Amino acid sequence: MRRTLPLLACLFLASCGKDDSASKGQTLLVGYTASLTGKLSVESTRQTQGLSLWVERVNAAGGIKLADGRVLKVASKFYDDESNQDRVQELYTRLVNDDHADFLVSPYSSGLTSSASVIAEQYGKVMISAGAASDSNYAQGFQHVFQVYTPASRYLVGALDLVSATAPDAKKIAIVHENDKFSSDVAKALDAYARAKGFSVVLDEGYDSSTTDFAPFLNKVQQSGADAILGGGHFQDGSTFARQLAEKGVKARFLALLVAPPEPGFGELGTAALGVLGPSQWEPQVSFTAEAAKAAGVAWFGPTAAEFVEAYKAAHKEEPSYHAAGGYVAGLLLEEAIARAGTIDGEAVRKALESTDLFTFFGRSKFDASEAAHGLQVGHEMVLVQWQKGPAGKLLKQVVWPPQGRTAEPLVR
Amino acid sequence: MIARLLPSLVDGVLIGVIYGLAAMGLTLIFGVMNVINLSHGSMIAMGMFGVYALFTGAGLNPFVGVAAVAALGLVAGVLVYAVAVHRVRNAPHLSGLLATFAVNMILMGLGTRFLSTNFRNVDFSLGSFALGPVTVTGTRLAACGCAALVTGLLYGFLYRTRAGKEIRAVANDRAAAELVGIRSTRVLALSFGLGTSLAAVAGGLIATLFPFTVLSGGTYELKSFVIVVLGGLGNPLGALIGGVLLGLVEGAVPIFLEASWVPVIEFALFVLVLLVRPQGLLGARR
Amino acid sequence: MRWWSRFGLWLSLAIVVGAALLPAISGSASTREAVFTVLVSVALASSLNMLLGYAGYVSFGHIVFFGLGGYIGFYAVSVLGWHLSAAVLAGAAASGLLALLLGMSILRLRGSYFALATIGINEAMKALATNLKAFGGSTGMEMHLRAYQPYGGAARALWITYWALCGVTVLAVVASFLVKRSRFGLALLTIREDEDAAAVLGVDATRAKTLAYVLSAVFPGAVGALYFFKSASIEPGGAFRLHFSIELLVMIMLGGQGTLLGPILGAVAYQKLRSALLTSAAFRDVQLVVAGVLLLAIVLFVPAGAVGWLRSRSRTLHRALE
Repeated sequence: MRRTLPLLACLFLASCGKDDSASKGQTLLVGYTASLTGKLSVESTRQTQGLSLWVERVNAAGGIKLADGRVLKVASKFYDDESNQDRVQELYTRLVNDDHADFLVSPYSSGLTSSASVIAEQYGKVMISAGAASDSNYAQGFQHVFQVYTPASRYLVGALDLVSATAPDAKKIAIVHENDKFSSDVAKALDAYARAKGFSVVLDEGYDSSTTDFAPFLNKVQQSGADAILGGGHFQDGSTFARQLAEKGVKARFLALLVAPPEPGFGELGTAALGVLGPSQWEPQVSFTAEAAKAAGVAWFGPTAAEFVEAYKAAHKEEPSYHAAGGYVAGLLLEEAIARAGTIDGEAVRKALESTDLFTFFGRSKFDASEAAHGLQVGHEMVLVQWQKGPAGKLLKQVVWPPQGRTAEPLVR
Repeated sequence: MIARLLPSLVDGVLIGVIYGLAAMGLTLIFGVMNVINLSHGSMIAMGMFGVYALFTGAGLNPFVGVAAVAALGLVAGVLVYAVAVHRVRNAPHLSGLLATFAVNMILMGLGTRFLSTNFRNVDFSLGSFALGPVTVTGTRLAACGCAALVTGLLYGFLYRTRAGKEIRAVANDRAAAELVGIRSTRVLALSFGLGTSLAAVAGGLIATLFPFTVLSGGTYELKSFVIVVLGGLGNPLGALIGGVLLGLVEGAVPIFLEASWVPVIEFALFVLVLLVRPQGLLGARR
Repeated sequence: MRWWSRFGLWLSLAIVVGAALLPAISGSASTREAVFTVLVSVALASSLNMLLGYAGYVSFGHIVFFGLGGYIGFYAVSVLGWHLSAAVLAGAAASGLLALLLGMSILRLRGSYFALATIGINEAMKALATNLKAFGGSTGMEMHLRAYQPYGGAARALWITYWALCGVTVLAVVASFLVKRSRFGLALLTIREDEDAAAVLGVDATRAKTLAYVLSAVFPGAVGALYFFKSASIEPGGAFRLHFSIELLVMIMLGGQGTLLGPILGAVAYQKLRSALLTSAAFRDVQLVVAGVLLLAIVLFVPAGAVGWLRSRSRTLHRALE
């Protein structure tokens, strides 16, 4: 037993192994954790695929060019955080110290991103946060974290704009949301926006994350007589909600749900999916082009939407979702900032990101550089999709908002 | 007020019968061998996937599919008993709890690995029926009916067949049952299988109502715990009644409070019953 | 030969302190992080062992004390602006108080009923935390970076939290040893073997169980406060994670319940195993399966755990390993 201590010591040191994945000078290493297992695994995996696609394409195009003439290839390394807070800090410390990551990307969810940000901030490493959409991450005083997605507070405001534009007499709205960080953030901001715009919020309630039976809740919604129902949670809730709503015959002219509607699988619900709106960070049909960028007087960077979709389809045999696009753009924004700064020095890249303002196939990207909300995404807007009957009678996803990018007129249920 | 409550209460009773079915599986196992089956959740999930696979793969009507799922659940349960539970059937509680929990971990791990955490949907609709202020969906009615049928079959089995009587005997007093020549190992294995079979059937029925993933079983497992305590550990009828009660609570609470308070009320009730009347409403068998 | 009679304690402390000093020797933050994760488990497992191993009461929801301590401590630092040490004490006190209240009620239950009740308590607390707006509700709470300023910035704060955790872990181990060797500990052991007989012999079972429960709760409370201070954010789901509670049971079973060394070794081994599985390409997807198989093997074949088995081999080992 006296051998236990040295044995243990050896085990410790051995397991905190050195990993020379970044040979300094020639390769740039981007490190992150992903939810490979656990309930967020599907979305997180797509994001990882998007980011990996960017790494491939950057290297295929030669690499990132620095001011001193060096051209750097990019490599990425990631670990599974299991959608749990437990090891996030441990894994990010490992990425920084042992794997010598030059830049970081955030974990997929907002709660985990907070923990990871402490590490990023401590080591002065720039961290691009893809996936995590919570506003509160950026009110914590971190100066090194930059958000790709539109924040939660702006997720559904477009839906209210659509309602007032399409049916000005619809004044009663019901907000129903999953009781988790993300959905609650969306609901809180939505409630404030609705009241400011003169809507009457007849119901504003959260349901527990484990709820599968929305029947009692729906009865309440039905009895409130709302014209528009907005909210939801993650995919399961949106899907179940839409289905049970249709089965109950709840009459609402507008139904906008989080996360679920942009998923291709949502259309399988059939009639229940008809007319359902959903906010999306990005859709393949939405075309942000170099010309539109020029017209807005803003720089353009990266591939076109068509190029991205094609490359992704070739690699993964399926259409990219906005998670994948978010992952890809995280890399793009980093690449552009590094190229503009001309160096991989953390502070210089950070300053470059603070002044980023450009269009990519994803939309406009610009970060808040103020102390109070540093890193918050202020340039990007959500698009709204709606499921409508296509020519063959099949349900198709159309982009109905903003008016500039729409592929079809919104329909009222 | 009644008009506001009635739809939710009706929905609650219908789903409550299905919850009760799942809980019956749990309580049966406890009643017979004093083991709380912590792999109950994964059995429910297996039932969900079974019905889903038969529906999407073979186009089998989900309500017919549950029969196949019941058989599968029985076999799975007997296997789990043989591998994990048999050795610890006489050991202290903790061993049984941890053994079944280990099985749960294994099944969940395999499930996540091979089935991923994608949501699945059994897209089977039977329309809806309106009776006054209440609109009930066809699938919910059918699922409830199916659960009631299975409950009836279970009772028929327990009270009218020899095997059923043997199970009740072992539940009553295992040593005495062995003394009169009952092969207790077989009975234990059968009971465990029966318990998991009920869980699987309940899962299959739930799959016709709500979307699910591999991880969904956990939520229903927690509900089963609450129900068996409400009804009395080891008492199948208690489980059924407890299930209906829980369904009513889930239906009524959102009308008066914010829906997010439902779990608080549920678990507070759970703890309260444990403190005030641990043998449950109908009295426990142990 | 008094030191020999306390060999078990010295050995346990040596392991804990040895592990704690590794990051100091290597100066590496990665090592510190890895050891931090392990020490959290060691402290939690050792405290749960006081209830489970000594008194024989199986708690499935022990993590509720970790979560409660975490919330109270977090609130104290980020909202009330207290110093970390005060916050940690507040977290420990809150958990102790909850245990006291619960002790007077649910400790009346036996066996499986008690286990189920602890699950109920955990889920109820989680649901409550989700609904209380003062504690952030479902969005949880987040700490502003400036909260780390009084400690010299984020980097220093992380080290300070680490050393504080080491201290708490050592205290937990020592407390566990003292309990085991005291009359009080003997009373608990008799309760574990046969509670009714113990009562007949004059053991005040209620008082003893409640005290054990409170002791087993204060350390998780303190650890929770430290953990969430370091993480800079807290959410109901992450604070009251039932799965973690069960993992603690696995660790105790792996190491050997009722022993001093068991939870320590079990926690270390389990965390190292998970770490290895998580970062290895081959086993990434199946770490849950591996953990499950391991647990099943232990429960079926070596229920006394590693230390328990070793102790049964020889008298020397029995006396040496506490």
